[in-house]
Amino acid sequence: MLDDRDRIFTNLYGFDDWGLEGARRRGDWDQTAWFIGQGRAWICQQIKDSGLRGRGGAGFPTGLKWSFMPPDDKRDGRPHYLVVNADESEPGTCKDRDIMRHDPHKLVEGCLIAGFAMGAHAAYIYVRGEFYREAERLQAAVDQAYGAGLIGRNASGSGWDFDIHVHRGAGAYICGEETALLESLEGKKGQPRLKPPFPANAGLYGCPTTVNNVESIAVAPTILRRGPSWFAGIGRDARNTGTKLFCISGHVNAPCNVEEAMGIPFRELIEKHAGGVRGGWDNLLAVIPGGSSVPCLPSDICQDMPMDFDTLAGLKSGLGTAAVIVMDKSTDIVNAICRLSKFYMHESCGQCTPCREGTGWMWRVMTRLVRGDADIGEIDMLEEVTYQVEGHTICALGDAAAWPIQGLIRHFRPELERRILERKVAA
Amino acid sequence: MATITVNGEEHEVDGRLTLFQALQSIGKEVPHFCFHERLSIAGNCRMCLVEVEKAPKPVASCAQPIMDGMVVLTDSEKTIKARRGVMEFLLINHPLDCPICDQGGECDLQDQAMAYGHDRTRFEENKRAVHDKEMGPLVKTIMTRCIHCTRCIRFAEEVAGVEEIGALHRGEHMEIATYLERSLTSELSGNVIDLCPVGALTSKPYAFTARSWELRKTESIDVMDAVGSNIRVDSRGAEVMRVLPRLNDDINEEWISDKTRFACDGLKRQRLDRPYVRRDGGLEPASWAEAFAAIADRIAETGGAGMAAIAGDQADCEAMIALKDLFAACGSQNIDCRQDGAKVDPAVRASYLFNSGIAGIDEADALLLIGANPRIEAAVLNARIRRRWRAGGFRIGLIGEAADLTYRYDHLGNGAETLRAVADGDHSFAEVLEGAERPMLIVGPGVPVRDDGAAMLGLARQTAERFGMVGGGWNGFNVLHTAASRVGGLDLGFAPGEGGRDTAAILNGAGKGEIGLVWLLGADEIEMDRLGDAFVVYQGHHGDAGADRADVILPGAAYTEKSATYANVEGRPQRTALGIFPPGDAREDWTIVRAFSEVAGRKLPYDSLAQVRARLAEANPVFEAVDEIVPAPWEVFGDPVADGETDPTPFRSPVQNFYMTDPIGRCSETMAKCTQMRRALADGARTGTDG
Repeated sequence: MLDDRDRIFTNLYGFDDWGLEGARRRGDWDQTAWFIGQGRAWICQQIKDSGLRGRGGAGFPTGLKWSFMPPDDKRDGRPHYLVVNADESEPGTCKDRDIMRHDPHKLVEGCLIAGFAMGAHAAYIYVRGEFYREAERLQAAVDQAYGAGLIGRNASGSGWDFDIHVHRGAGAYICGEETALLESLEGKKGQPRLKPPFPANAGLYGCPTTVNNVESIAVAPTILRRGPSWFAGIGRDARNTGTKLFCISGHVNAPCNVEEAMGIPFRELIEKHAGGVRGGWDNLLAVIPGGSSVPCLPSDICQDMPMDFDTLAGLKSGLGTAAVIVMDKSTDIVNAICRLSKFYMHESCGQCTPCREGTGWMWRVMTRLVRGDADIGEIDMLEEVTYQVEGHTICALGDAAAWPIQGLIRHFRPELERRILERKVAA
Repeated sequence: MATITVNGEEHEVDGRLTLFQALQSIGKEVPHFCFHERLSIAGNCRMCLVEVEKAPKPVASCAQPIMDGMVVLTDSEKTIKARRGVMEFLLINHPLDCPICDQGGECDLQDQAMAYGHDRTRFEENKRAVHDKEMGPLVKTIMTRCIHCTRCIRFAEEVAGVEEIGALHRGEHMEIATYLERSLTSELSGNVIDLCPVGALTSKPYAFTARSWELRKTESIDVMDAVGSNIRVDSRGAEVMRVLPRLNDDINEEWISDKTRFACDGLKRQRLDRPYVRRDGGLEPASWAEAFAAIADRIAETGGAGMAAIAGDQADCEAMIALKDLFAACGSQNIDCRQDGAKVDPAVRASYLFNSGIAGIDEADALLLIGANPRIEAAVLNARIRRRWRAGGFRIGLIGEAADLTYRYDHLGNGAETLRAVADGDHSFAEVLEGAERPMLIVGPGVPVRDDGAAMLGLARQTAERFGMVGGGWNGFNVLHTAASRVGGLDLGFAPGEGGRDTAAILNGAGKGEIGLVWLLGADEIEMDRLGDAFVVYQGHHGDAGADRADVILPGAAYTEKSATYANVEGRPQRTALGIFPPGDAREDWTIVRAFSEVAGRKLPYDSLAQVRARLAEANPVFEAVDEIVPAPWEVFGDPVADGETDPTPFRSPVQNFYMTDPIGRCSETMAKCTQMRRALADGARTGTDG
């Protein structure tokens, strides 16, 4: 279990002052100018050394991503931008929300450091539309930072000018996809862009841009302050390092957000922090370990699994946003996945064919499977359709729509067949 | 250059291409719906997926840049499977109503379903249905068929310059719509019909009239404006069913204007299908012999000096050269092909040509529009200006009436005074022209027709020379015409000879009784009441103003009914082809003149089309180079401007209603609906489904 000393988000629960004074007490905004004085390359290297992987779901190494931005000697005159993805809409995920309302200065300071590391003078924080109070709180923190000279002209006395703009979205899930987010930020309909070109080459307004998750940015200052080796020393192995916010929801006795070491065993996570599974550990049916997009895992597989990127990927699931959705045996697992299918159908942007047409098809078959109103062969057909969607779309929403169903069929096929046969017998 | 390996074979391809283009360049067809080479890349249909080695997923080839050493598999199992999957998705919500779909037989989805479709469906659910949208009198919508390729959206935004089509809603509820439920305010809107790969957007006038495989397809040239767009005339029996664009990168690329496309129903109405002679104040049907005899009698009375000819906007070169020769044989120099009285100089070819060529717009880096509104005077050419403007580094200045041209421009002033300031270098826009390497100017058709037209042309020439628009293989002095016959007529010398009268002098002479016979070769846009008591011969194909005034009517052929030469604004002679036969007794125009010449005792020395064309080439060698441009040498032309006052009237386009500039358009029901629609929009009234 993570030692209290090693926690980054020490005000995750909002027991302390969220504002600048409280943040300073917790160690934020300390030495910021000195870090900037070390130069862009140094910061990128520190983050690389820490092994930090993107906290938005894909787990791409953050330091590497920052280093894709054109270095100072290769700039072509276009401005660079940092865009922070605070469009936290993945069902089950609620970590960025707590960062923004209880510890916003971690994010603001992270923006300055990350922005400098990319050569950006401006950051846009794209906040999910429904997060009205969170955006207010974040804006208040930004205003405090401006007032204290921490950002703005000569931010924190570092000599670097840096502005932060908080932008509220309008509530479309797809705008959490980085290029759709950029489109939306530019005032257009939120539809993912084709890649290449990648944002680091042509992003916001056609300029080099890096889009990062709130948590990735918010942990950066602490990593610099405590050193990359400290961060890299936490976690299961060299590829899965640091601390991670887990959002535990579903059939547990005490749903919560908690910061834990990467790779903490699933059972320990649930029992220590969430009060255990409702009705006892043996009542566990399945878990969705990383937000609604990743395939569910049945209880027999997930007993002692370490919660990290590579282990879960190896189990054909994923750590995603580390939104752990626990389901006990009272759950209608087929209906649960069906509901997720409906979500993805509703949130598909409609731009590209497989997702636009496939998500609706999959949901309709799922609704029949819930009732058992199908042929056994349609299970295979549905699985085939999910593979026809997966990997053939512009963005990852198609994959996200396909994976939960694949997980269901992979692990709960007997349940699907039972329903079909029971209905046949009844009829 | 880059090397890519396609299905095990190495190929050298241009490294700047996308993978899709590279595959096409080596003869590998890739199925696609959303990709269109003249529109931006959307990459949304996912039909062009190919397997690329080392890529984790199949890549959309239309959006994939070439990388050296790329290994591509276009017929691997993975590729085929991906395409089959996409095709299945496209078809699950497609109505499959091909038997009642106008796109049937020329449908991309139908064709590609043959290659990648399953033979039965696995989709057991209900299909989606979408409300149809109102898009005006030209475009019919059956939106349930839409596959959301967004070509129409991209066309409207990028080419037509009207952001009036978009996608509403998300996911499977996404709909292509105009939102306002009205037609596009674009002169190019019909092109979305060609762009639509399925039957979602089809032609309203053509709806349910024919199947594509029943039509006879004739490659021809458009004469509705002077651009000379390349078209294909699709006919069945004696009827032109529709007009489609033909590819010509130097002229119209693959667009045509709505007038070009939809005015063809005017070919069926108000046709002159037999000769008429006026007797006792009324026009009576007559035989060719009677009609010719009446004219010959009149010519014998008037003599050469008392006869005159005016060629209209759609007269072909063969007819004009025959008529010119006939008049010369009769001793008359009173011929003019400028029925609007434009004061371009017939003796200096560069003074009336679009010298830079239409494709030259792509190379220019600054543009001065002088009294030109290309959007309504040459809609397709305007799209090219817009594209050049979108590419950036192309400042545009306009002297004349401000109008929405679909691109931004500096409005310099309204008329002659501003032009003089620019020509003298006293205007701020002069800096732009000075800084440009290949500046160009376009003199609109409203300028040479002014009383001071010759002086304005002189100022335009002065401007061109001052700012280095001419020289070094570049000639940026351009005159825009609206009449398809104009450049050809001037090139072959259908203009007053020595001592001859031009249009204004002919009309004056006729009014005073000095001109006893006026031969109108399809000329309908002159003031007929100024013809006085003159004996009027009208040779043409439509019962319009000219026929109304005529004493003898000689029924001619429309452009779809003859093989004829037209030179476009660039001076490029192009040939139409006979798609259908002229109605009734109507004949190809040059044969009418040739037949009459024999009656008049002045037999013209040609009996075949080839001989007329040889005569054309003799009159001006440019007619030998069919489909090509012969550049014109730069010479002095235009009047000097007197120092005093200039005419303060603003430059004004002669085209006030884009849809009705000629007899065919005026007879077209579709053009009438378009006119009505535009007026309603201009009045602020709503059209379509309301009320």
